[in-house]
Amino acid sequence: MRLEPIAAPSLARRLGLPALALAATVLVASALAMLAGADPLATLGLILQGAVGSKFAALETLNRATPLIFTGLAVAVAFRAKLWNIGAEAQLYAGALLTVVVGTQAGLPGPLALPLMAGAAVLAGALVLLGPVLLKTRMGVDEVVTTLLLNFIMALLISYLLEGPLKDPMGMGWPKSPALPRDARLPRLAEGLRLHWGFALALICAAGIWLMQTRTTLGYEIRAVGLSPQAARFAGIPVGRVLVKTALISGGLAALAGFSEVAGLKGNLTADLSPGFGYTGIIVAMLALLHPLGVVVSALFVAGIFVGADSMSRAAGVPTYIADMLLATALLFMVLALLLTRMRVVRG
Amino acid sequence: MTQDHGAQDIVLRLTNITKRFGALLANDGISLALRRGEVVALLGENGAGKTTLMNILFGHYTADEGEVEVFGQKLPPGLPGAALRAGVGMVHQHFTLADNLTVLDNILLGTEPLWRLSLGRGAARRRVARLSQEFGLAVDPDARVGALSVGERQRVEILKALYREARILILDEPTAVLTPQESEALFDTLRRMVAQGLSVIFISHKLHEVMAASQRVLVLRHGRLAGEVATADTSREALAEMMVGAEITPPAPSPARPGAVRLRLAGVVTPPQGTRPGLRGIDLDLRAGQILGLAGVSGNGQGALADLLSGLEAPQAGRMELDGVPVRQWSPRAALAAGIGRIPEDRHRTGTIADFSLTENAVLETYARPPVARRGLMDWRAARRAAQDLIEAYDIRCPGPEARIRLLSGGNMQKLILGRVLEAGPVVILANQPVRGLDIGAVTYVQDRLIAARDAGAAVLLISEDLDEVLTLSDVVRVICDGRLSPEFPRGSKTPAELGQWMAGAGVDHAA
Repeated sequence: MRLEPIAAPSLARRLGLPALALAATVLVASALAMLAGADPLATLGLILQGAVGSKFAALETLNRATPLIFTGLAVAVAFRAKLWNIGAEAQLYAGALLTVVVGTQAGLPGPLALPLMAGAAVLAGALVLLGPVLLKTRMGVDEVVTTLLLNFIMALLISYLLEGPLKDPMGMGWPKSPALPRDARLPRLAEGLRLHWGFALALICAAGIWLMQTRTTLGYEIRAVGLSPQAARFAGIPVGRVLVKTALISGGLAALAGFSEVAGLKGNLTADLSPGFGYTGIIVAMLALLHPLGVVVSALFVAGIFVGADSMSRAAGVPTYIADMLLATALLFMVLALLLTRMRVVRG
Repeated sequence: MTQDHGAQDIVLRLTNITKRFGALLANDGISLALRRGEVVALLGENGAGKTTLMNILFGHYTADEGEVEVFGQKLPPGLPGAALRAGVGMVHQHFTLADNLTVLDNILLGTEPLWRLSLGRGAARRRVARLSQEFGLAVDPDARVGALSVGERQRVEILKALYREARILILDEPTAVLTPQESEALFDTLRRMVAQGLSVIFISHKLHEVMAASQRVLVLRHGRLAGEVATADTSREALAEMMVGAEITPPAPSPARPGAVRLRLAGVVTPPQGTRPGLRGIDLDLRAGQILGLAGVSGNGQGALADLLSGLEAPQAGRMELDGVPVRQWSPRAALAAGIGRIPEDRHRTGTIADFSLTENAVLETYARPPVARRGLMDWRAARRAAQDLIEAYDIRCPGPEARIRLLSGGNMQKLILGRVLEAGPVVILANQPVRGLDIGAVTYVQDRLIAARDAGAAVLLISEDLDEVLTLSDVVRVICDGRLSPEFPRGSKTPAELGQWMAGAGVDHAA
């Protein structure tokens, strides 16, 4: 057996295969639910209900999707240039850190507080990715390794800061930062609605990135560098500089996830701020085929599965790990489906 | 008729081979028979289906229809191992040798049994020595392959096949990397093989070699067998006609009217890269309204010179002047700004971005400036218009400006690159292998456009490994060998054999 490229895949192939992938995912999920001793259809129903079954559930899904949109965009932007940023987690924490540091400064003028915090966060996230990208363009160091390892360095740094200089004196000994003052919190989108402006900012960012990629020379350069660095260099595109710009945008976006979680939801910084949003962002971006608007959709899908599985597990007693397995199978089937839209298997 | 008599002598038979790649019919019902002790030349333009056919024979591809028989046994499709075991050896255009191993190690690689302590190297060495003597393949078994010349490497490849007891040898464009003298030596080896009862399929698109080396010629055109003749009964002209389907008229450029020197290199040195030599102190003048043809065996510094003119590499030492002004900052962008139009050697990977549309490829070199972009914003309508203009002006056959360029044939891809270069109104044109792999129609088109650009006052540097092409197009010829240049030879002042001497390195050293 081998693969042969298909010159122009048919519409049926392009739509049918992803649908098939989704169906296969549901099948695997059902099998898993049965293994856990539950009724598969009921389990899936409960997940769906838990994700979008009520206003509360739907808002919870949107809240959970917000950081995933940011990290998904961060990964999508970088991967477009074939810059393998695996460090959105570190950039997220860098953003969260600066959000708290700036936001808790005394005498910060009210209306300026949030923009200053966001700006500092973006800068911090961008700088965290700047090191790896410079090492890559200057010395050929593999950014997969450096960005991945920075995640652990950043996690340890945050732990240290929360036990030391950043520790909340009123925190009863818990490792957490002081809370942000009222002026430094992202307001809710509407009174009484448990959804903050971070979600709107995420949507704006997605639209902005989409415009950047399709309408600007930088977007064109990023795509050229990603598809063929050799041809890009020959055509006079400054490959190294484009990669640096990409990294700054990507790191900044991931940092906004941290900003939005701290200023919009949690109000302070703890070491468990992110349950792996940075890593899940990779799944989000891949499912979206790196399309910035697709990132919004796939972030909602992924968040829905997480939130739904949480509530299902409370009701049906099936472990929430089913959510991780679901996402993993969804990703694998989707990647396979995408491969098969462009390639056909031939015998011999 | 050639297949009727002596059926017991037939060592290889391809029957009715058909292979499609999407809409392209690469091989259309091709049948051929190879007899014991003969050299059959497989002649055809690039893209005629020669390499596809041989890849099917060797099991790299699976045919859609038809079958392969070796020594009367049907070969299972798609298994290169089976072809090897049946006694078929292939020498690819691009060698498959490990540079860091010795000649002997390379020959033995893959033949040693996995579970045996002694490798029997003594016996192997004796056998290699005997083979190389028998077939005139002189090469030192203990030399590291990385240190060998291209011709020597090819001998190692052939030895490798012979060591594995190949009775049928397929040579894919073996002379593309050889000097005329080395080619002669190769033909001598082929004659010895045939005398020993081996059979050879020799793939080429060079007529004089086919005439010199083969007993029988099969001509492929557009994936079909266009003709089959005994070499003794045909002529170069007849073969050429069979190959292209019509009488060809090579471009006959009018005499050049050379003008001022536009680009001057004086004592330019660039560092070697890997196995690729750098430039070792070259002086070069490119004059307006003149085509300077650079002949040479591939890998002798053409790449370094092309990279220098493209802006990919800056001189390590020496001077580069454009219109008498020394160049300081040097980059692809600087080269473009200075009016150097570049047709790169590899149109698939350097000249275009395969997954970009025609539009996106058309503006690769102008995307940052008006009318295509203003203040960082792309004007896609202007870009599409530019692409549409190129499609019309350069007769690019394509589904439309939004089609991905990987769907285009090599000729149409090259026309897009050519258009991109010429529409910028270049002062200097670097044409690196501009017609390699194109069909004859596209070849003529590209060559005519280059001549027209010369007549319009451009200074053209034509780099080609095809001596015939260099001799046809160039007003002045220079030969590159090991990073050094021969003096300028005006059109017609040197025979191909004399140039071959220079290509082989004789004379260049005294000149430098």
